[in-house]
Amino acid sequence: MQKYSIEALNLNKRYGQFNALSDINLKIEGNKCVGFLGPNGAGKTTTLKIFTDMIKPSSGQAFINGIDVNHEKKKALKSVGALIETPEIYPSLTEREALSMIGQIKGIPKEKLTENIIKVADRVKMKEWLDKKVGKMSKGMKQRINIAAALLGDPDVILLDEPTSGLDPRGMSEVRDIIKELKKENHLIFMSSHILSEVSEICDEVAMINHGKLLAYGSISDVVTKFQSKNKNIVSISFASPLTKLQTDKIKKIKGVIRVEIIDRLNLNITVDSNPKKQSEILSSLVKLKLGLTAFKPSSGLEDAYLSVFKEVA
Amino acid sequence: MENTNFGDKNIVPSSFMQTFLIAKYTSIDYLRSRKFLILLIIAVLIGILLTTIVGYFRPSSFLSSPLSFYSSWWGMSVTFIIILSAVFFGGDAISGEFQNKTGYFTVGNPIRRSSIYIGKFLAAVLFSLMILLVFTAITVGNAAYYFNSSSVPYQFIESLLLSVLYIVSAMGLVFFFSSMFKSSTISIIVAVILLLFVFSLLQTLVGTLAHVQPWFILTYGAQSISNVLSNPYPPAVVSLPLSARASFSISSYYVRLGEGVLIMFFYFIVTTVAGLFLFEKKEFN
Ligand SMILES: Nc1ncnc2c1ncn2[C@@H]1O[C@H](COP(=O)(O)OP(=O)(O)O)[C@@H](O)[C@H]1O
Ligand SMILES: [Mg+2]
Repeated sequence: MQKYSIEALNLNKRYGQFNALSDINLKIEGNKCVGFLGPNGAGKTTTLKIFTDMIKPSSGQAFINGIDVNHEKKKALKSVGALIETPEIYPSLTEREALSMIGQIKGIPKEKLTENIIKVADRVKMKEWLDKKVGKMSKGMKQRINIAAALLGDPDVILLDEPTSGLDPRGMSEVRDIIKELKKENHLIFMSSHILSEVSEICDEVAMINHGKLLAYGSISDVVTKFQSKNKNIVSISFASPLTKLQTDKIKKIKGVIRVEIIDRLNLNITVDSNPKKQSEILSSLVKLKLGLTAFKPSSGLEDAYLSVFKEVA
Repeated sequence: MENTNFGDKNIVPSSFMQTFLIAKYTSIDYLRSRKFLILLIIAVLIGILLTTIVGYFRPSSFLSSPLSFYSSWWGMSVTFIIILSAVFFGGDAISGEFQNKTGYFTVGNPIRRSSIYIGKFLAAVLFSLMILLVFTAITVGNAAYYFNSSSVPYQFIESLLLSVLYIVSAMGLVFFFSSMFKSSTISIIVAVILLLFVFSLLQTLVGTLAHVQPWFILTYGAQSISNVLSNPYPPAVVSLPLSARASFSISSYYVRLGEGVLIMFFYFIVTTVAGLFLFEKKEFN
């Protein structure tokens, strides 16, 4: 049997009658970043908790490097760094002590640990805070320490559950940069997110989940080709001043516009032919209407795929 | 970039070692925590209170002999201090890991849950022992002052050892409740009610009124702490008719030393096994 870095075999998790996960099958190997994408309540955290033995599956198995996490946890998590939800740290510990605790649990030799702690703290921009008590820190700073803890000991597999949650926009982009840096080293990063742009920006592959079911897994381009609605593309358009009903009706009548979805009076989503030449014709027709067009933004393939995947099951 | 990939060179420590790591970091946390300070103050205050009362009133029940001094001073106060320590350090030890989400920081690592449980248990017992040590020092100091001798009767050594066993046993029970509930408030309240009220109520019903030896009650076993300080050791059971003619009588049971040890030991084993089992099964969500 081939050993995958991460393997889910018919994973099910039930809460009473409710299926939080239904027959998840997933095999991931290699050094890359895989985005685990799905809306809130899709089952992302549930899956990751099973992979760290925080909960047990109702049936099925979860393997890391071929070892069943729920039976041989200590062995399976030997080279795993995990951040699930938003952990809290004993508030009286300093950042250095908190990281030492995890580093020692992981078995990083003493002479390397000091250096390793500085390295991971530097990575998450928390080096200046090493000797400050965690209890005095903001939510975002704690989350950075949580990320640093997951990176201790240079794990082969890094599991991150919405790592940018709880961070301000700058923090989010810094964490994304950290993950992009990590990709250059030898890690398999499995990162859950409900933010499409985050996954398409950082990840090489995407696994899409909703209502506890895995809907697609593959390289981003494969998933896009598979799920992109044929010959159609969604374009978001914006205007300088609010549109009247009459004006939106005019847009509906433009040749090649298949559907108009009103976001608000300044923004619309129009479904159009994906052929670039036809799109350019639609753009000039829009301009000719003189409605004060300010933006014409065709969605990325992944956005289309996302919308079509999550519409199918909705 | 420098090669820092030593991931496969990390050897995860034995569960035994990891247990001590958890005990170490929990101890650091306790040492800086308010609860340790508060408990220390309570133990010292009880000591000061007793010192003042004995110094001012010089009651003969205290001062007739070293043994009666220890018996009057130690018996009641120490069990109260032990119960407080168990509840302070153990009440939220496991439930807090869920409620405060501190468990999320450790449990996703290559470590057995039993190491976390036992490590926290060791730290809680260690800090309770420190409190006990402080109170013992105040007690022995007073005895030395009144009897001009630093030697302690062997019965007090027995009582001290029984107190240590009671710490371990009460902590086991409190950890069990801490493992059963995810809310710290509930686990603390249940432990307090049981140790301070329910057990003694049960003992009254079962022992005093129904005339059955309450061998299954932890606090009954812990009464050996004060019984060993009586000279002679009290009889196993004393039954008194309420009035000369009535058929109705009440019984007082006095636990034997060996029974006390067994009861406390039994409680420790059963609650620890059950608590470990609950923690192992508990889902982090
Ligand atoms: N302990 C629980 N009891 C009942 N339902 C739960 C429990 N934990 C999670 N769920 C449900 O399972 C589903 C998946 O949750 P989760 O994995 O946390 O989603 P997300 O993709 O947002 O991380 C949600 O509908 C959630 O309400
Ligand atoms: Mg989640």
